[in-house]
Amino acid sequence: MDITLQVNGVSRAVDVDPRMSLLDLLRERLALIGAKKGCDHGQCGACTVLIDGRRANSCLALAVAVDGSEITTVEGLGHEDDLHPLQAAFIEHDAFQCGYCTPGQLCSAAGMLGEPGPSAVTDDMLADPGLTPEEIRERMSGNLCRCGAYVNIVSAIAEVAP
Amino acid sequence: MNRIEGRVKVTGLATYAAEYPVEGVTYACPVQSRIAKGRIKRIDGRDALAMPGVLAVLSSEDPPRLAREAAGELALFQSRDVAYRGQFVAAAVADTYENARAAADAIVVEYEQDLHDVTLRADHPNLYQPETVNPGFPCDTVKGDVESGLDAAETSIDVIYTTPVLHNNPMEPHAALAVWDAEGRLLVYDTAQGTSSSRDLIAKTLGLPREQVRVVSRHVGGGFGSKGTTRPQAVLAALAARDVGRPVKIVLTRQQMYDVTGYRTPTIQRLRLGADAQGRLTAVEHVAYEQSSTLVEFAEQTATPARVMYATPALRTAHRLVRLDVATPSWMRAPGECPGMYALESAMDELAYAAGLDPIELRVINEPETEPDSGLPFSSRSLVACLREGARRFGWDRRDPGPALRRDGEWMIGTGVASSTYPALRQPSRARVTMREGDFLVQLAAADIGTGARTALTGIAAEALGVAPERVHVELGDSDLPDAPLAGGSMGTASWGTAIVRACEALKVNGTEGRADTTEEIKRDAELARHAFGAQFAEVRVNSVTGEVRLSRLLGVFAAGHIVNPKLARSQFIGGMTMGMGMALMEETFTDEEFGGFLRRDLAQYHVPACADVPDIEAVWLDEQDAGLNPMGSKGIGEIGIVGTAAAIGNAVYHATGHRVRDLPITPAKVLNLMF
Repeated sequence: MDITLQVNGVSRAVDVDPRMSLLDLLRERLALIGAKKGCDHGQCGACTVLIDGRRANSCLALAVAVDGSEITTVEGLGHEDDLHPLQAAFIEHDAFQCGYCTPGQLCSAAGMLGEPGPSAVTDDMLADPGLTPEEIRERMSGNLCRCGAYVNIVSAIAEVAP
Repeated sequence: MNRIEGRVKVTGLATYAAEYPVEGVTYACPVQSRIAKGRIKRIDGRDALAMPGVLAVLSSEDPPRLAREAAGELALFQSRDVAYRGQFVAAAVADTYENARAAADAIVVEYEQDLHDVTLRADHPNLYQPETVNPGFPCDTVKGDVESGLDAAETSIDVIYTTPVLHNNPMEPHAALAVWDAEGRLLVYDTAQGTSSSRDLIAKTLGLPREQVRVVSRHVGGGFGSKGTTRPQAVLAALAARDVGRPVKIVLTRQQMYDVTGYRTPTIQRLRLGADAQGRLTAVEHVAYEQSSTLVEFAEQTATPARVMYATPALRTAHRLVRLDVATPSWMRAPGECPGMYALESAMDELAYAAGLDPIELRVINEPETEPDSGLPFSSRSLVACLREGARRFGWDRRDPGPALRRDGEWMIGTGVASSTYPALRQPSRARVTMREGDFLVQLAAADIGTGARTALTGIAAEALGVAPERVHVELGDSDLPDAPLAGGSMGTASWGTAIVRACEALKVNGTEGRADTTEEIKRDAELARHAFGAQFAEVRVNSVTGEVRLSRLLGVFAAGHIVNPKLARSQFIGGMTMGMGMALMEETFTDEEFGGFLRRDLAQYHVPACADVPDIEAVWLDEQDAGLNPMGSKGIGEIGIVGTAAAIGNAVYHATGHRVRDLPITPAKVLNLMF
């Protein structure tokens, strides 16, 4: 089936198998290997990308279902010589080891920074909780890291958070 | 110094095994056995072959050609026998992943089923004494007389601890991409913790000279032991690519990983400890019961830490193994030390309470002068200093020793301590250092599985050469580079670093190139007991209504020789401790007794720690000078962080509640069962 996506600001027209996930489209057809396949079931968050500005598990989206969407992958957040502040903070805080969950953590953090409202750990539902370490931990819990870099991930995001 | 590959990792440019752009790539999907024991009667791939894009079906109907030396899990489709549920019995190859997956589903496999036995029991009639335990330690040791030591004891305990099946679950699934060139040379991009050993095993399995095989693993998305052994996907990709005449890619699903990439054996551990009136141990006995598959004998060295830890006149350690109709267990972060120290350090806590002693003091009283089992002198041992420093930082002197005394509303609060240890070994390695346009190129087939090896080795080479790290370029993760041991057993930096230092020394003499092979140097090593030590301190809050355990503080103090790169070392320690927290509170794979195989085969059911579970863990270290190790004076740090963590948390749960959960993980259900 023919679909057209805006991927990292570039229009991409592709003919896809209706069984193909957005994640497999990015990785196997568009050579964007930044989005990682960790579980293929929306359980680990390694495949997190931004779909129309909101963070989402790209393994749970069929490619045909996001026809016409704007997709941002980690490759679109920043570049090797022009890093996104989150990318720079992750390096400085050593917020990763093997690096396999990292693109998902980064996209998730980028999406999370723009999400308003309370979370499950917010005491006062009406007040702006601010991105305290506790709020960051809660809001980043959809992204697993088996190397156990959470302590450094939280400090890296806290540095960039408003 | 920050991670050298940091930029490529945060921008998504780092290439993991399945991510190399290869022209004409095809996809293979394995089919797994649906029975735990029996024989394959028939495999029918005709429907699958008729589907769009399907190129081949591989199975034991027409066994692919492998060398006679092909063995164990890698002897794919050579036998009609089924050894465990989830074993690979066939595979489909197609032009796209979607077509391959659909074709694999359409392969029909008929079985002749036998009764299976998948349950580890301490009274299993088929338990036996393996000749050695991983990686070659004696199975049993005896010194003195445990029975008379226990008879003479003022205080003694006799307890059984169990640990469940645990899965490594690296974030990157095991994958392989195999490409044969026109000359018949095989290139495998593999998820390997060691490319030299992976190349050797793939060559042996396929019956190729090793020069004809190249394994590349530039970036590996974690392994924790599960990528230390060549896994079936590497051989399957090579076979399938040979069969269809095109490159073949295989990425295991998360579920498949539970069956064919190893796991930590469940353990049943009996600990008998005795102490005199002053708290001095009179006897230590540690017996571990474990499982392996019928295909491969893997005997985890669970009782070996007792040979290292405490002074005692009577010491017996033993392992008993039973071969079941289960998948093959293998290395998982600190095999042996991790489950063994959980039981030993929990038992030491129980003994401290029974003897009315502070758990730190009990350990200090029993600090040995030489290695308890071997009698060898330690190259260095700073366990007591770690315990003391940790006590100071953690505020141990303000601790009320009594259990179940501290409350904050419905939360009960407790603290616990445990020792940790891990061997500091090294293996022979080669390395080459070359001058190139004023810079230095360091080459060896080492692996960076997230440890930061590239960065640590850059620092080591820069120091050996006396140049800035920016002038050193480390190339690794390729079996065409000088042979190097795998990233495992916390031996990587020590092994590779030694070879690099020697190659740098040779370059300084020669001027343009230096080569080293450390085989002879390591043979000449003095006989010493070489181990890193540490102390873990945990504070937990246990909910008296729900039984939920929340870790509120975790501190590790380690003594691991010279720390090569402090920034990366801290991450390694914290990472190990985080995994230890998962072991203590949530990680567990169930064995399906009715159908065989595992239950909870994904990350929604097998819970690893998530961000919200992990408090601000602290890891520090003591500066330890040790000239008896290697040119860097370093001890490995990849595994010691997990050792002791689960015991410290379990001991804290006891201190909070007055109840001892002896079966990991410490789930709310178990806590509530003891409380009510």
